Parts: sequence; structure tokens; C-alpha cells
Amino acid sequence: MPKVLMRGNHVVAESAVRAGCRFYFGYPITPQNEIPEYMSERLSKLDGGVFIQAESEIASIHMVIGASMAGGRAMTSSSGPGISLKQEGISFLSALELPAVIVNMSRGGPGLGNIAPSQSDYFQATRGGGHGDYRTIVLAPNSCQELANLTYKAFDLADKYRIPVVILGDGMLGQMMEPVELPPEVQIKKLPHKDWILTGAKGRPSRFLRSLILDPFEEEEHNWKLMRKYERITKEETKWETSFADDAKLMVVAFGSAARIAKGAIKRMRDEGLKVGLIRPISLWPFPYKAIKELTKKVRRFFVFEMNMGQMLEDVKLALEGDGEVHFYGRPGGIILTPLEISRVISSYYYQKRLG
Amino acid sequence: MLIKTIFSGFGGQGVVMMGYLLAIGGMYEDKNVTCLPSYGAEVRGGTANCTVVLSTEEIASPVASEPEFAVLMNNPSLFRFQNQVQSGGTIFLNSSMIESRPIRGDLEIYEIPVNDLAKQLHSNKVSNMIMLGAFIKKAGLVSLETINHALKDTFGNRNPTILKSNKTALLLGYNYLE
Repeated sequence: MPKVLMRGNHVVAESAVRAGCRFYFGYPITPQNEIPEYMSERLSKLDGGVFIQAESEIASIHMVIGASMAGGRAMTSSSGPGISLKQEGISFLSALELPAVIVNMSRGGPGLGNIAPSQSDYFQATRGGGHGDYRTIVLAPNSCQELANLTYKAFDLADKYRIPVVILGDGMLGQMMEPVELPPEVQIKKLPHKDWILTGAKGRPSRFLRSLILDPFEEEEHNWKLMRKYERITKEETKWETSFADDAKLMVVAFGSAARIAKGAIKRMRDEGLKVGLIRPISLWPFPYKAIKELTKKVRRFFVFEMNMGQMLEDVKLALEGDGEVHFYGRPGGIILTPLEISRVISSYYYQKRLG
Repeated sequence: MLIKTIFSGFGGQGVVMMGYLLAIGGMYEDKNVTCLPSYGAEVRGGTANCTVVLSTEEIASPVASEPEFAVLMNNPSLFRFQNQVQSGGTIFLNSSMIESRPIRGDLEIYEIPVNDLAKQLHSNKVSNMIMLGAFIKKAGLVSLETINHALKDTFGNRNPTILKSNKTALLLGYNYLE
């Protein structure tokens, strides 16, 4: 299949449709408006396609709950402030074990913040802003191609584990265009059968989906069940990528947009003989704790770079369990550093610690 | 090779289209490409811009802090970007609308009166294509043939006269500079 030049937001929307998504509900917010824009046209031309611009973010996530209960592949998207509003629905999706895909093209915060790219929603995505003991899978792409691959995969993961999946991008990824090879279109009729959906009980015993479980023992059992599911996901779906790690004396840890900028910086430093490597978590939950801990066998120093004030930093520290030394550099508010600028920061740390 | 270009002008002058066509051209010539249009509030009535990076290697950042080329369609764009271009870089400026000139002496400057040239074609709408033609010739990043191909794929399924007038404008710009 030939490559096409597409904007990140359009890539997400088209890949979702190709993954079998026929239900999109959203409410406008920059910098992800191209997703509902694209979906409104694309879904209206498809048999069984449903697009609704809801009256609010809260309404749109609850429409996702409805579509998912009925067995459809459903998606919503927003940016930081809108995702905050969707948290109640995400908690309900988790309790009801409903598959759904939620896209966050994050922007500078807190509050209304700005529309520049920022990674300040890491805590919100990985810890969950909703109530209760739950987890969502969180995937962090770093290019338009990965937006395509991960959005496509998100629908399969959501169905496989009956879990909401969050795609955590940012304004830069949503707005930039890159050549992309789009995934093939799935045939919805060939997708795995769901034996729990609400389709009308004619000819079969009725089914029941609810999140109100008043008996504490029953609720405890439900929580343990969710817990076992989360453990299975942690075992099977943790994804990361390393570059230049073999002989590295300093490992940079970064995700998403920050990771691709860091990689450019590392290439510059490699040209100057600095032994710097990169580990990029692709799944932010489950986080690659073991992979980072494993690195301490060869590397003692870690440099965390994020476009926020230090959120993934906490997971890196949890991963290291006090082993090694962690240095953090972050730029909040929507600042995008150039590879040259971040390479200066990393190399000055490198020389300060007498690694060179 | 890693070459960054900024296209800038008023919203409506077609700067994003110029960047888009260059990016498609780069993709057709098997280069790595990123294209980042501005999406802030500045699009409405102020300056719109679009950054294109072409490279033979993986592209780290789609943001160009020190571009090699700047294609400037109006006065505010000149003020905003003239100091960002790398030393030894090149500025293509729309001399129909830009009265001042960069103070720096370390840049190569091409002046193309695109709006006046567009009058010859009786269409102000294609002034961006005239500029793109001139840019293609001097920047040498992608061939004229590739851009024609990109134009055809972009406008081919619309009104055929649109494709024709854009192609004519592209060629006019291409032949304007020696």
C-alpha cells in the first residue's frame, strides 16, 4: 500500500474506522478538532456509521458507554480539559468492563491552559482521574505512523481485555503531517463474537450490565477480578523501545513527542562520541518497570526528559527502586525544545558527572 | 541531509498549500518528511505558517528553529522570520507585498513579485503557486516534475481548470528566476 501524507488527527480517525470503529461521539476542542471533523464525513458515508457531536464531553463519553454495551467499536477524543470531564464515564467503562478508545491530544494546562503541545496529562492518563480502583491501558505514539498502528491496535486490546484504552498524544502529533502507511480495513462481521453485549434477550436468557454492587463481598470479588485482568495485561502488553542502549553510560527516558526530540539529540551527541542511549515507554500503563530496572545492570545514570514538570519521572523512580541515579529535565506549558537545545542540557549533565 | 523550510504569509495566501505540496513532493522522492502547519489563533487574519522538514534520515522534530529556507509572502512574515533563518540561508520574498528588505548580509535573497505576476494570469489565487515554482527552482529540494505530480494528485479530482491554472502559475514562477 502506498504511503499518504496525513495529519496526525486524520490518521487517528481513519485508522479507527479501518479498525472497525463505527461510533464516534465528541465535543470540539483544539488541538484535536480534525478528528471529529474527519469522522463526521467518513462515518456518515458508511453503512451503520454513527457520528454525534454531543452537547458536552460528559454526554459524549456516556454515549460511548451505550454504543459499547450494544457491541459496537466506539471512540471519543478530546484534549486535556475535555478529558477531565470524561473521567466519570471512564470510571464507569472500567467498572462495567467495556471496551472503548479514548484519544487525548493533550495541550498545556492546568485549567484551560493553552493549545500548545504538552505532556502534562501523564498522571491523568496513567493514574486515572476517575474514582475507584481501576486501570486503563495507555499508549503513547511518537509519530503519525505509530498513531495509525496504535489506534488500530487499541481497538483489539480494548475488545480482548474489555477495557478502555487511552491514546495519549499531544498537539504536535495531532497537527503535524507525515507519510503514513494505513492499516487494512477489518471486516466487522469477522471480529470476535462478544457474548456479553446487550442486544435484546429474544431467544436467550437476559444479560445485565451494572456498576452498582452494594454487597461489599461481591464488590471485593469484582475488584479482584479486575485486578487479575490488570496483572495479565501487565504481563502481556507492556511495550517499550530502546535505541543506542548497548554501550550507553547515560540512558535518557522519554515518551511520545519528547522521545523523538530526545532521539534526535542523542544522534547529535553520538556523533560527538558521547555514549547516551534512549528507552522509550510505548505503553505508559502498563509501564515498563522491569525493562528499566534491567538496564541498571549496565547503566547507573538516568536522564528523564518530559514536556511537563516531572510526571513519568515518578514511574522511573519506582522502576529503579532506589538503584542508580535519576536526573530530571522538563519544560512545561507547551514548549517544544529543539534536538540541539536538549542535547546541550544532556551533554552538560554527562560531563558534570564525568561520564565522558 | 536535513533541510527545513518555513512558508509564511497571511491566512488565505496559500502558505499551508505550498508546504503541503512540497511535503508530498518529498514523500514521492522517498525522503522522510514532516509538515507542521501553525494552528494557533494567529491563523485568523494574522500570519499563517507551515514548516516542512525534508531529510534522508529519521526526523526528530517537525519544528524548525533555524530553517535553511524561508518563503515569505507578506511584511509581518519578514519581520517574524528574517532573524530565524540560518546564516547562509535563503529567503524568497514576495516583492509585490513586502517593501522592506532584511538587514542581514549573510542571506541569499530572491525577490519575486508574485501578485503582479499573477495579474498576467488574471488570478490572484495562484500567487502561491508562482512562489512555489520559483522556490522549487532555486532550492532544488524536489524536481518540478514531482511537484506537478503532487499538484495533479491534490487537485486532479476537482474542477480541471483549477489544476490547469495552478500548473501554469507554477511554471511561470519556475521560469521567472534565471
